[in-house]
Amino acid sequence: MCRRSPGSESCFLCDAVYCAILLGFRRAGTLGESDHQYSQPVRRKRMSDQVMATQTWLEVSDDAASLVLRPLGDWVVSHAAVIDQLLNHLETHGRRAATFDLSHLGKLDTAGAWLIYRTGRTFERAGAKVTISGATGPQATLLNAVAKGDRPVRVEPHPGNIFTNLIVRMGHALEEAGQTILSLVGFFGLVLETLGKTLVNPRRLRVTSTVYHMEQTGLNAVPIVSLITFLIGAVMAYQGGDQLKRFGAEVFTVNLVAAGFLREMGILLTAIMVAGRSGSAFTAQIGSMKLREEIDAMRTLGLDPMEVLVLPRVIALIIMVPILGFIAAMMGLIGGGLVVWLDMGMSPQMYIERLYSAADFWDGAVAFIKAPVFGLMIAMIGCYEGLKVEGSAESVGQRTTASVVEGIFTVIVIDAVFSILFVNIGI
Amino acid sequence: MEREAIIEVRGVRNQFGSQVIHDQLDLDIYRGEVLGIVGGSGTGKSVLLRTILGLNKPAAGRIGLFGKARSDMTPAEERAVERRWGVLFQDGALFSSLTVAQNIQVALKEHLHLPQYLLDEIAAVKIALVGLPVEAGPKFPSELSGGMRKRAGLARALALDPEIVFLDEPTAGLDPIGAAAFDDLIKNLQETLGLTVFMVTHDLDSLYAICNRIAVLAEKRVLVTGTIEEMTRQDHPWIKEYFHGPRGRAAVAAKTRNAMT
Repeated sequence: MCRRSPGSESCFLCDAVYCAILLGFRRAGTLGESDHQYSQPVRRKRMSDQVMATQTWLEVSDDAASLVLRPLGDWVVSHAAVIDQLLNHLETHGRRAATFDLSHLGKLDTAGAWLIYRTGRTFERAGAKVTISGATGPQATLLNAVAKGDRPVRVEPHPGNIFTNLIVRMGHALEEAGQTILSLVGFFGLVLETLGKTLVNPRRLRVTSTVYHMEQTGLNAVPIVSLITFLIGAVMAYQGGDQLKRFGAEVFTVNLVAAGFLREMGILLTAIMVAGRSGSAFTAQIGSMKLREEIDAMRTLGLDPMEVLVLPRVIALIIMVPILGFIAAMMGLIGGGLVVWLDMGMSPQMYIERLYSAADFWDGAVAFIKAPVFGLMIAMIGCYEGLKVEGSAESVGQRTTASVVEGIFTVIVIDAVFSILFVNIGI
Repeated sequence: MEREAIIEVRGVRNQFGSQVIHDQLDLDIYRGEVLGIVGGSGTGKSVLLRTILGLNKPAAGRIGLFGKARSDMTPAEERAVERRWGVLFQDGALFSSLTVAQNIQVALKEHLHLPQYLLDEIAAVKIALVGLPVEAGPKFPSELSGGMRKRAGLARALALDPEIVFLDEPTAGLDPIGAAAFDDLIKNLQETLGLTVFMVTHDLDSLYAICNRIAVLAEKRVLVTGTIEEMTRQDHPWIKEYFHGPRGRAAVAAKTRNAMT
């Protein structure tokens, strides 16, 4: 059943179209409105002229080599798909003349005008002489206007071979990675330079801004960092204790938690949280400022974005990451202690005593050597990616993702380097 | 001549908190006209535009769209009405992740099932209509100048061949040559496509060059409507200041100069 005439049992319109196409418009025929692909067999021939007239788009009359096309109804964009199909089935070969008679046409918009123009052009290319008659003033203007659009326009920026694109993209990615590392090193130097200048002349430090960022990135992060490290501490003690129990050595769970949290887990978890929470925020903040040309405005007013935007954030994280790391280590130990107490029945006093014997000064100190470096790296990468935003809102998203990924990656790489270093110097 | 009001605003009240922007605001938009909305900063020109478009719900009053009140419409009817208008936002508001041609095709793809080649052809026609070069098609909005972005925004607004287009300060931020060219473009398109144009503007040259009728927003309502000649005869101090100030006089001079040459 035809979608266009839901009331009728069979769609005689489609049948009519099919006949007309079979005959190649050798005789006067009328094409019906239809979405069908004209592949159905002829079932019945039943035409009612009255219905045809109200529901058709195009009347074709053909005498000798000349073709008269009479558009009917509204040739507007919402019907363009159907009309386009009808027109595509016209036989252009061997015509000497084709006429568009627009006297029966209803509404016409740019899409309809384009279809008329394009059909005319196709006939002209096939060697026919095309005339348009019966057009009203506005219709003629519209037809002239769409003729200007007769030029192919590329829709997407890079068509091309999928394999070359793949190689090109790989090359771009590699080049970009190299460039990023290079310019990050450059940016690192710039940050150090600004830091040095500020140390020489401390009045240039934006204290308010620095304190604000310390609150945002440090104080406000305390609840979530505490909760996560507390839970991880508990999980570590629980799982570790379970394994150690098999050797009857569950008492060493304390050593596991102490070494794990004081040396590695506390600070690493903190750094990852801060990279996800604050590094991304830095990129988005600075990035949207860049988009609105606020950074350029700053430069023209003689303000150094490095000093105003970057340094407060860098200093805030250098100070706050160690503090957060300390809180994280403590919460991890508390979480572990709670499990050891509830699960193994080791009293809190006993736990603290064993902690003293399990961990030495360097276990704690190591974390505080690493923490400021992590903070510096996260802040630096966040600001760097923010300053690299350009163009569109999409760029902010891409840069924010890059900032978090690079931040976490850098933190883990540096942690590994520190580990090797500390093992080699024996602390 | 009986004029058909395709949009009727009746007794609309808009307020944000305790601040009343519009009260008892009435306005008609007739088919085929170019209506310019003027008013001082903060008189709620853009709010009125957003209210008609349904982006802002009025606290009271009725908006009639193509002969039916918005409040009586089903969601499907509202969507059908939205297909009958196009909007050019102030800075184009093009989708930044799509190219110009793709921006034009968004509405066509959403509402109609057209084959890709026809979509591309229609995009080419629209790009030509608004006077953009072919090369603009595969470009992203961020790669275009302000004037080109406006043209691209207009092409997107015209994608579905709307009956009425709403323009929010179409010439703001364009240089005088670009602004005059954009005025010409709107006038041409209005004549070619038989559009109705609703235009919020501050540009006196635009008002003189293309508007058939002007509505002045002041004192929380539409104070007067009329042709530009009628505006210049008004006694209201703000209107007088607006049309007889130095810029108003310059625009008149420009209009007469153009008429003479």
